[in-house]
Amino acid sequence: MANKHESMHIDPYEKTWIIVSLAMLIVFFGAITVAGLSFGVRVPDPVARVNPNDLAASGTFAEPGLKEVAPKRYEAYIVAQTWSFTPREIEVPAGSIVKFYVTSKDVQHGFKLQNTNVNMQIVPGQVSSLSVKFDEPGEYDFICTEYCGLGHAAMYGKVIVTP
Amino acid sequence: MTANVYQLTAKEKRFIGWHFIVAVAALSIGSLFGPFQAMEHAGWDFYEKFLNPLFHSYYEGLTLHGVLNALIWTTFFITGFITFLVIYGLKRPLRYPKLNQLGFWLMVIGLVIAAVPILLNQASVLYTFYPPMKASPAFYIGVTLVVVGSWIEGYGFYLTYYQWRKENLRTRTPLITFMGLITMVMWQIATLGAAAELLVDLIPWSLGLRAGLDPQLDRTYFWWTGHPLVYFWLLPAYISWYTFLPRQAGGKLFSDSLARFSFWLFLLLSVPVGFHHQYVDPGVPSGWKMVHSLLTYSVFFPSMLTAFTVVASLENAGRARGGKGLLGWLAKLPWNDPSVAAQLLAGILFFFGGIGGLVNASYNINLVVHNTSWVPGHFHLTVSTGVTLTFMGILYWMVPYLTGKELWCKKCAVVQVWLWFIGMTIFSNAMHVVGLLGAPRRTPLGQAPYIPEEWAGHLLRVGIGGVILLISVYLFVAVMIGSVLTKKKLSTEVEPPVAESLLDPQTTPSWLDRWVPWLVGAAILLIIAYGPQLVYQISTAQFTSPGFRVW
Repeated sequence: MANKHESMHIDPYEKTWIIVSLAMLIVFFGAITVAGLSFGVRVPDPVARVNPNDLAASGTFAEPGLKEVAPKRYEAYIVAQTWSFTPREIEVPAGSIVKFYVTSKDVQHGFKLQNTNVNMQIVPGQVSSLSVKFDEPGEYDFICTEYCGLGHAAMYGKVIVTP
Repeated sequence: MTANVYQLTAKEKRFIGWHFIVAVAALSIGSLFGPFQAMEHAGWDFYEKFLNPLFHSYYEGLTLHGVLNALIWTTFFITGFITFLVIYGLKRPLRYPKLNQLGFWLMVIGLVIAAVPILLNQASVLYTFYPPMKASPAFYIGVTLVVVGSWIEGYGFYLTYYQWRKENLRTRTPLITFMGLITMVMWQIATLGAAAELLVDLIPWSLGLRAGLDPQLDRTYFWWTGHPLVYFWLLPAYISWYTFLPRQAGGKLFSDSLARFSFWLFLLLSVPVGFHHQYVDPGVPSGWKMVHSLLTYSVFFPSMLTAFTVVASLENAGRARGGKGLLGWLAKLPWNDPSVAAQLLAGILFFFGGIGGLVNASYNINLVVHNTSWVPGHFHLTVSTGVTLTFMGILYWMVPYLTGKELWCKKCAVVQVWLWFIGMTIFSNAMHVVGLLGAPRRTPLGQAPYIPEEWAGHLLRVGIGGVILLISVYLFVAVMIGSVLTKKKLSTEVEPPVAESLLDPQTTPSWLDRWVPWLVGAAILLIIAYGPQLVYQISTAQFTSPGFRVW
């Protein structure tokens, strides 16, 4: 038995299938790379560490809120805790670019800004950050997307974009 | 080949059977809560009205649903199934049956120890138990014992295989055993992450021996295990599709060597992909997320191989039964056999789950769906249908095989399978849609103040799907109980439907039957994909998070 001719038998259809599968994966991967690099669809990168037990000492989160750094350019410092965001509401004019910095005082939370590409895990000890440009006036809810306890479903806030 | 069939002893059959009894018991309790969540979304909240105070909250129910279904039903079923694959494939008893019994009982003890705090509302932390949410230490200890028990059963399999290999140096490992062993080895590599999280961090911390944890580091440990966990669920379903389903459908396995090749790729690629669950984590650099994204795409490749081989095997079977035309063979498959119907329908929905999985794996596209109800919509196609419906299908032949008695109410079983397919199609589609619209997962959406009116129709479909699934799961449990209790003995014993390969497995290249090079490859890939980040995250860890009870 053992001396039988060994070979990796691949059916011609199967070979085509393998090539098409690999080609598809390469095209998909290329597409998301292009989206990431050319259109700036980014995922969060490490920006800072904080002590979740003493956010006041961390400086930037001592007074959470909106800070204007240049005309129509803002930084929003938001603290998540069970079961609310501070501040709960921020207001910017249309055309603004807002860079969000979010951290947690207690357990993990989520921060998903509806109808934008901002979606972050909020982990105590870490600062999550992403930017977004608000072109359209309106109200954008930011909701907690990670289970954080009994009041989780009610945990949300709002960005009001004025014309 | 067929002349030399090993008959499992009554004791071996009982031992395997007990795995399935615990598995189905877990599923029957865990599945009660899924539909309650779905119905809550549709506005019918049974938690407040009926389940309180026996079950304290939506989240206690969600924890039970996740732990019992995703961790217990799967792990017990799979260890039982692999026990069968090892004994029947190698045609010999376990080398040290007592070792395997020890493993099994540890799993049972672990299950009880973990279940008590959940039922007492002391561990409503969901099946991902992210710190700094802190459960009762018993929960973490129980989960650890379940994993350790499964490891010990694994050692029993390896020792049995080692003995066989010494006596059969040049024979290809029987395919079913080979695949079962790879599943177990992959599981043991995968669970190193959870072991580190539980033993070094969560257990000492919950006992008060450590003041604080670094939740980011624990997420990294968790997802080392968390993603390959889904392959631990999936590979046994693939084993059934590759090696049992073709025979059940009246055909042969299309390619033995590609089946083995794809399983080696699963061993290599299942584990170093965990960061694709952490694309939106603040503490993982985006470059590493990209690396894991690429590796996740690679693990899609053996799934494509599987799709080809399985469909080709089925097409051969369908044509042999007289099926004609492009898709005519599909109709000729034995749909009236509940085991076959279950696996075919599981495969169809799993195909859509796989496409959704590519979206999840896609680095930045994931931003749209991360932590939305798209994700549970996705894994109810994969683990809850591709896997669970296949496991149900396996039990539809396995239980009569183990008991020597007829399957009780075969028609009920066929109906059950279709109900699952229909219920899950409705439920999962609606979950995907509301997820794309922005609905968060793990949230009682019926209470959420930010839910727009326009979602009501989708949420209603979530609830309707849940009700159909509830009927289906208890029909399944009824068939299982009926089949165990029935007095109708089978006239001829069930022969396990192991498919022959079109080509003699002995012609499969020997490099596809050697462990060391592949294990070394897996280790190297892990060190590359995880090494630098683990060193970095551990060396910069800040153990500042005390525990919180938030439920």
